[in-house]
Amino acid sequence: MLKSPHLLGIKDLDEASIHLIVKTAKEFKEVLNRPIKKVPSLRDVTIANVFFENSTRTRLSFELAEKRLSADTINFSASGSSVKKGETLLDTVNNILAMKVDMIVMRHASPGAPHYLAKHIKANIVNAGDGTHEHPTQALLDTYSLREKLGDLDGKNIAIIGDILHSRVALSNIYALKKQGANVRLCGPSTLIPKHIQSLGVEVSHDVKSTLQWCDAANVLRIQLERQQIKYFPSLREYAQFFGITRQMLEELPKEIVLMHPGPINRGVELSSDAADSPHSIILDQVENGVAVRMAVLYLLASRA
Amino acid sequence: MTRKLILSSPLLEITISRLCQELIENQIKDVETVILGLQPRGIYFAERIAKELGKQLNQTFQVGKLDATFFRDDYRRRDTIAPNSTDISFLIENKRVILVDDVLATGRMVRAALDAMNSFGRPTKVELCVLIDRIYNRDLPINADYVGKAVNTLPTEKVLVEWQEQGHEADKIWLITQ
Repeated sequence: MLKSPHLLGIKDLDEASIHLIVKTAKEFKEVLNRPIKKVPSLRDVTIANVFFENSTRTRLSFELAEKRLSADTINFSASGSSVKKGETLLDTVNNILAMKVDMIVMRHASPGAPHYLAKHIKANIVNAGDGTHEHPTQALLDTYSLREKLGDLDGKNIAIIGDILHSRVALSNIYALKKQGANVRLCGPSTLIPKHIQSLGVEVSHDVKSTLQWCDAANVLRIQLERQQIKYFPSLREYAQFFGITRQMLEELPKEIVLMHPGPINRGVELSSDAADSPHSIILDQVENGVAVRMAVLYLLASRA
Repeated sequence: MTRKLILSSPLLEITISRLCQELIENQIKDVETVILGLQPRGIYFAERIAKELGKQLNQTFQVGKLDATFFRDDYRRRDTIAPNSTDISFLIENKRVILVDDVLATGRMVRAALDAMNSFGRPTKVELCVLIDRIYNRDLPINADYVGKAVNTLPTEKVLVEWQEQGHEADKIWLITQ
């Protein structure tokens, strides 16, 4: 049983909870491979998906997970809503809750927004990404996908490559991997690696080739241009030259590594097309596992009502 | 707390053998029959039944593991129970299913299992085989077709089943009074 009724970040999650979510997700993955992919567990639960930021995968994945669990769902996106008329976050959410909603899945551009909500409202909160802070369900599905390929992560070498500074996926993954005993190395241009990140117990490198040689799995991240107000590197073309991963680089490695990407991919920048579609890549497995992991999270949280 | 042994070897083996005889008497061979063990402890009993049936009839029976956790009716009404694995590598469509569990008490788990089973097809017939039937404890109109041993218990009492496969020294079934 999870200790908190909310999933706000991986930072506050202990290793036992991560294992419980992974174990539960494994059973949900089996459910998703049945001819009838639905279970009735959450039939008396209503969930609102509140998205103040754009999303494709996460939002569809959550919605599908909710439907597979037989929950009632409503969707809210900031564009075209009364947020544009000046309504506060708390008012918006309280109005949704007044319609007898039990859980809120929220994505917000401000770090800490779900933590603020959890303090002020009575509903289970699931963080679906808060600015550059955390994206816990992505880290959990990355963990699940990695464990499928590599088994126990204790002592495994995992690299996170790309725009670490603006990535909530990176931070949640660092927490999740360190809690499971993995060695984590971050790789990217020095301007895109946060200062003092080593205090989380990770290594930092600026050389992709040696990082790929070192790791058992590489999680490659997108350059988040929409969050970059200043120039962090001269050009995307130069970034691709120095930090882009090609299929040839993967094939020249002494051992086979697992290639991951949380999406959306900018083909030709962080990953070449042939690398993204190579047999090393488990990018589409990650998407498949995402539904099972989110079902597990919702299932375990809803019972904490 | 007191513990009373209600079933163990060699009576347990005799009971299993007798249950298989009853299954055979009911024309188990006429239709294609599969055995589904209910998680968590019914799976061991299901394996025993399949093995004994195989010995008596000289044929093999397919055995699956069914977990009904996601179909329980007490979700959000008590602490969540972590699910166990479901492993059914065959379709049950148009087959005769013997649902096997260690203990039948309220019948709620069997109700959940009947729901869970629907995801794997429509069987022609479903029968229930249990090792211990806790009579007078039922919450639902559900009864077993094959019963190893019927015991009269109070709702406050507990039946504990220990299988060798779980790491116990010997197969033992206890009645525990708080």
